[in-house]
Amino acid sequence: MIRPALPRWLAVPATAAAVFLAVPLLAMLVRVPWGRVPALLSTPAAVDALWLSLRTCTLTVVVSLVLGLPLALVLSRTRGRWAAWGRVLATVPMVLPPVVAGLALLVALSRRSWLGGWLASIGIDLAFTTAAVVIAQTFVAMPYLVVSVEGALRSAHDEHAVIAATLGASPSVVLRRVTLPLIAPAVASGAALAFARALGEFGATLTFAGSLQGTTRTLPLEIYLQRELDTDTAIALSVVLIAVAALLVAITARLSRGAVTSADGAAA
Amino acid sequence: MKTCNLCAGLAAALLLTSCASTQPAAGGSELVVFAAASLNGTFTELGKEFEASHAGTTVKFSFDGSSALVDQLKQGAPADVFASADRSNMDKAVAAGVITGAPEQFTSNVLTIIVPTGNPAAITGLDDSLTGKKLVVCANGVPCGSATVKLAEALGVTLSPVSEETKVTDVRTKVESGQADAGIVYVTDAKASADLVESIPIQGADKARNDYLIGVAKDAKQAALAAEFIALVKGSRGQEVLKAAGFGE
Repeated sequence: MIRPALPRWLAVPATAAAVFLAVPLLAMLVRVPWGRVPALLSTPAAVDALWLSLRTCTLTVVVSLVLGLPLALVLSRTRGRWAAWGRVLATVPMVLPPVVAGLALLVALSRRSWLGGWLASIGIDLAFTTAAVVIAQTFVAMPYLVVSVEGALRSAHDEHAVIAATLGASPSVVLRRVTLPLIAPAVASGAALAFARALGEFGATLTFAGSLQGTTRTLPLEIYLQRELDTDTAIALSVVLIAVAALLVAITARLSRGAVTSADGAAA
Repeated sequence: MKTCNLCAGLAAALLLTSCASTQPAAGGSELVVFAAASLNGTFTELGKEFEASHAGTTVKFSFDGSSALVDQLKQGAPADVFASADRSNMDKAVAAGVITGAPEQFTSNVLTIIVPTGNPAAITGLDDSLTGKKLVVCANGVPCGSATVKLAEALGVTLSPVSEETKVTDVRTKVESGQADAGIVYVTDAKASADLVESIPIQGADKARNDYLIGVAKDAKQAALAAEFIALVKGSRGQEVLKAAGFGE
């Protein structure tokens, strides 16, 4: 495909933007006490935070897939006002300030709310548990999966599904054999984005779940604490977070490129 | 939370500057005070009184965690007065050479237990009533957490908290919302949220007393005014305001 050339002056603001985004990250890399990094990252507190983050984020992605995928499928087929409302509801947590998300969860699920009280009456106490971390992360991360998958479903070509249905396949078979494979790259990239968002989740966890080593103190909360105690440890942990996030974003970009090319191929 | 503290601090600072800009800036001297976040209410009040008695002088505050303030001073932030919420951070400031002369202690703070209004978990103190209950404390290493550890050791009790927060205000909000059955905070924090929590005094709390120290910054532009402000804080009026907020009990 041939594209018309861009005006040359665009290079100036574009470079400024790239520098603006890169400088803080590079400054942090320069500031890292590389020699001490292995020691800083192998303290029990750091290891616990890392493992807790990986465990809770994995669970968050699983929950997001189990619940978010059906929501995306339903939303993609719904028209009219309800669908519009549903879409707004499904995406608002993406743009909520972190502390607001935490307060919302607290108001809804705290021991003093009716929902929290009802859960407590059947023996489920979420306060200060790892489950509360997963809930907080899912609340802010699932929308990324829903939006990513729904977008793919809307732009996907329906012919295959229609043909399969005409040939007598049941809705479940069409879903499993045709629709899901077609949107698999979008599901994967949505899951990677949700994982990345869950990994960075801070405000909702802090407000809603608390902070205890090995139980609720995830990587961002450990960084928040270490910032008060030892800046070097905070920076070393931050670099881990940046590296994982960069990796996930790279994977996502790769997957969505793959999705675009395969869709183009299908269209051709 | 922390952000709200900051907001309040910023709002106070903005308010002070905007008030100042409407006044004729005759002689227009400005005193910059770096103070621990827990001094927000009391120092803001004293700052206004200082401005009233020193025509043409404005007092600007920067309220933050003591360790954050020491970091800022080390990086050359312009300040005339530094007030720390504990001895170790003031020691750090002195060691870094950003304080002139010997800092002076001007008040202190002790820990207390707070519980949600009505004390639903029937907590009676640092004792067996905490067993199996949701206790929230500050993390060891941050000033209130170090004081908590010190106090528990001095009293020979073992605490098993469900959460160790970075900020004392995070402990407070968890008790205020009823998520936690009990929290350990400073007496001044308990006083500040008296309509949402009840306090249960800890017997022997003064075994972990947090000293507040104040000193003139090395690069103070207003060294004379700084000394006068410190005199106000240490004087009877300053002590009265601090006491009303729960300091020095």
